[in-house]
Amino acid sequence: MVAQLTALERTYAAIILVVVICVGVAMAVVGRGDLLAVHGWIVAAYGMAVMVVLLRGIDASEPWEERFREYYDDPTRVGIILSLIWGVIAMAVGVWVAALLAWPDLTFDAAWASFGRLRPVHTSGVIFGFGGNALIATSFHVLQRTTRARLPDQLSPWFVLLGYNLFCVMAATGYFMGMTQSKEYAEPEWYADLWLVVVWVVYFLIYIRTLARRREPHIYVANWYYMAFILVVAILHIVNNLAVPVSIGHAKSYALFSGVQDAMTQWWYGHNAVAFFLTAGFLGMLYYYLPKRAGRPIYSYRMSIISFWGITFMYMWAGSHHLHYTALPHWVQTLGMVFSLVLLVPSWASAGNALLTLNGAWHKVRDDAVLRFMMLAAIFYGIATFEGSFMAIRAVNSLSHYTDWTVGHVHAGALGWVAMITFGSLYALVPWMWKRPALYSAKLVEVHFWLALSGTVVYVFSMWNSGIIQGLMWRTYDQNGTLAYSFLDTLVAMHPYYIARTFGGLLFLAGAVVAFYNVWMTISRPAPIDEGAAADLPVEPPAPRAWAQAGE
Amino acid sequence: MAVGERDPVTGHMTTGHEWNGIKELHTPVPKPVWFFLIAFTLFGVVWSLLMPSFPYGTGYFRGWLGVDQKQTVAKRLDEGAAERAAWAARIESEDLAAILTDAELMPIIRETGHTLFGDNCAACHGVGGSGNGGYPNIAAAPMLWGDDPATIAETIRVGINGSDPETRVSQMMAFGRDQVLERPAVLQLVTYVRSLSGLEEQTEENAAAIAAGRELFAQNCIACHGQDAKGLKEVGAPDLTDHFWIYGGGREAVYQSIYGGRQGHMPSWGLRLSPLDIKILALYVADLREQQHAAGGDGT
Repeated sequence: MVAQLTALERTYAAIILVVVICVGVAMAVVGRGDLLAVHGWIVAAYGMAVMVVLLRGIDASEPWEERFREYYDDPTRVGIILSLIWGVIAMAVGVWVAALLAWPDLTFDAAWASFGRLRPVHTSGVIFGFGGNALIATSFHVLQRTTRARLPDQLSPWFVLLGYNLFCVMAATGYFMGMTQSKEYAEPEWYADLWLVVVWVVYFLIYIRTLARRREPHIYVANWYYMAFILVVAILHIVNNLAVPVSIGHAKSYALFSGVQDAMTQWWYGHNAVAFFLTAGFLGMLYYYLPKRAGRPIYSYRMSIISFWGITFMYMWAGSHHLHYTALPHWVQTLGMVFSLVLLVPSWASAGNALLTLNGAWHKVRDDAVLRFMMLAAIFYGIATFEGSFMAIRAVNSLSHYTDWTVGHVHAGALGWVAMITFGSLYALVPWMWKRPALYSAKLVEVHFWLALSGTVVYVFSMWNSGIIQGLMWRTYDQNGTLAYSFLDTLVAMHPYYIARTFGGLLFLAGAVVAFYNVWMTISRPAPIDEGAAADLPVEPPAPRAWAQAGE
Repeated sequence: MAVGERDPVTGHMTTGHEWNGIKELHTPVPKPVWFFLIAFTLFGVVWSLLMPSFPYGTGYFRGWLGVDQKQTVAKRLDEGAAERAAWAARIESEDLAAILTDAELMPIIRETGHTLFGDNCAACHGVGGSGNGGYPNIAAAPMLWGDDPATIAETIRVGINGSDPETRVSQMMAFGRDQVLERPAVLQLVTYVRSLSGLEEQTEENAAAIAAGRELFAQNCIACHGQDAKGLKEVGAPDLTDHFWIYGGGREAVYQSIYGGRQGHMPSWGLRLSPLDIKILALYVADLREQQHAAGGDGT
């Protein structure tokens, strides 16, 4: 992989790694006696591990100029593997925390194994580790194919991918040690947040620089969504994480906002993380891999426009529906509810556009589990967005809020939409990336499909039951005008559903393990000579000095 | 200028753009999309006019319906209180013993008490009040501070070793750790104490220990547990001759109690619950005990 970097890039890489290692050691020194030091050593060790890889390949001959006429896919390949590794680990932790809720004694009296620490490992692991790596990997792939331009250089994609994973490692290890700023989906502390800003800006620049050099007159819809994902996540991340550290040598920080302002900022962030990380980014994925796999044109370009601007404009206002019936002023709640309702229309237009694209290819959906994953994702996208708008209505929210219904809703989106479209896309992408004629086993994809679908259905139905029972028990009064049930009564009622939920999660995890095995076997089989490889090139037969432009 | 082509499946034209084989159709936006977009937006506008919505400067638009969530909550709370007023006033004013025999009020005590007990007491004392390691069985066992309803209410109000200034205070000394007694003496006491409730039969081997323990008991324990070891309610010291144990009656558990002492804790619920709630709970517990007794169960 190092052989793909120019000599100058290798020098820059070495300099960056030295800086990272020095920063890590500096964190360890100024943060001694604090958990910051542990993270300092982790940063330094991570930097040194990458340095070892770099030094082992540093003497390799420089890439030929011809190379710069091809797409640059090494970071995508590594990103796919990382995504699947994070996915299996984080879903396993998910099953664990689900089991903890059914059998609370499973903590073994160890602080690191308590629910409060394991849960963010699960959420960050699946959202950022599994989802984030898949987004980075596929965005680099889609960006190059739809612009017919090679990535601007060989160093910055690695900086983004490896830098992002360093952030994920800091997040997960920090949770185990009890480090958190107590903001959901934004738990990592200030120094990790600062690092992610640097990584994210470079990610955005890669996109801009590649688009600027595109050989296509128009920018494809998938890139609109990927761009919205990158840009808005940067804004959300920076604003929500504004905080003042206790000191430069302490991991702990305090948020700039307090009280209801802090809550509103957090849920503006939280809901738009769902919108722009878990929706926009994965819609980008859907828009490339679904029509590609189905071999059908997108049903309506005009609907794409309505959907895109509807989603990007209206999601921004919807966050306050997380704070219905709280200290948040009523007028903010009204705005959040109204925008959440209108949001349903562009969301369903997106789902409909995807499903109508399959017209003329339904026989492929029947026969090809990979395409069926994508079709199912679009259906669950429709279900989850309908449910989301419904739950944002204040009266409905008074029943659903704080109950397992919310958890069920999130997983309808996360398992049914995000994970399904990711698995479908990765299954499509893996043979292309490793130049294999097909996946190791189509049958295993079929097995995975049914495991994933049944796991999701079991999970979501048990949480619907549990959540609605819970919500109703909380608000049931007896004829004397007092509450009919105690909190303990609700726990007893929910227990069977917690066991069912754990089982559903286990099915889904089993599917992810099957996917990892299938991908691994696909990669480790010897590559046949691929005659189609020549077709996957960015530009027409080389004009004189064309490589210099593509590789600049 | 891109030129479109006709898609044979749908009959629609493409836009003429192509990205790595992906094309797009120029299909018009289906009518239902426009319809729902307009309908939902109109609903949003109307709803925003009815409810508090837009901010301006230092205030906000209050909505034509004049709905205010704080007033709504206050109104609902008043309504709830009014609904409960009739029976609540009776429980607040009437005598505890009278309520316990009142066929009209006791079903209300049982229903309301179930929820109050479940939310506040069951975490330690168990759902049926049957206790847990370290937490006494309040459904059946004799109560350390007395078990008439008025005393139960007082114990709930002030707590035991709690934060209320009037809290009940109780302390079993750490005879071993504080070096009042040597280890062999503690062991002799363990044997004697257990023999009081028949957990250890007198045999030739332990006769000497029991005799020594009796001596030690008279010197160290009777101030709180009484000469007959039946406990003193004034200081919350338990009866050692019955078969109820809060921390267990095994040799190891009794040894731990004598060696390291015990200081149970019950929160001062008067700082959190209303006098009515406390009265309901006291009656609920008293009723629970009566039912246990009537059923012949002693909770062991």
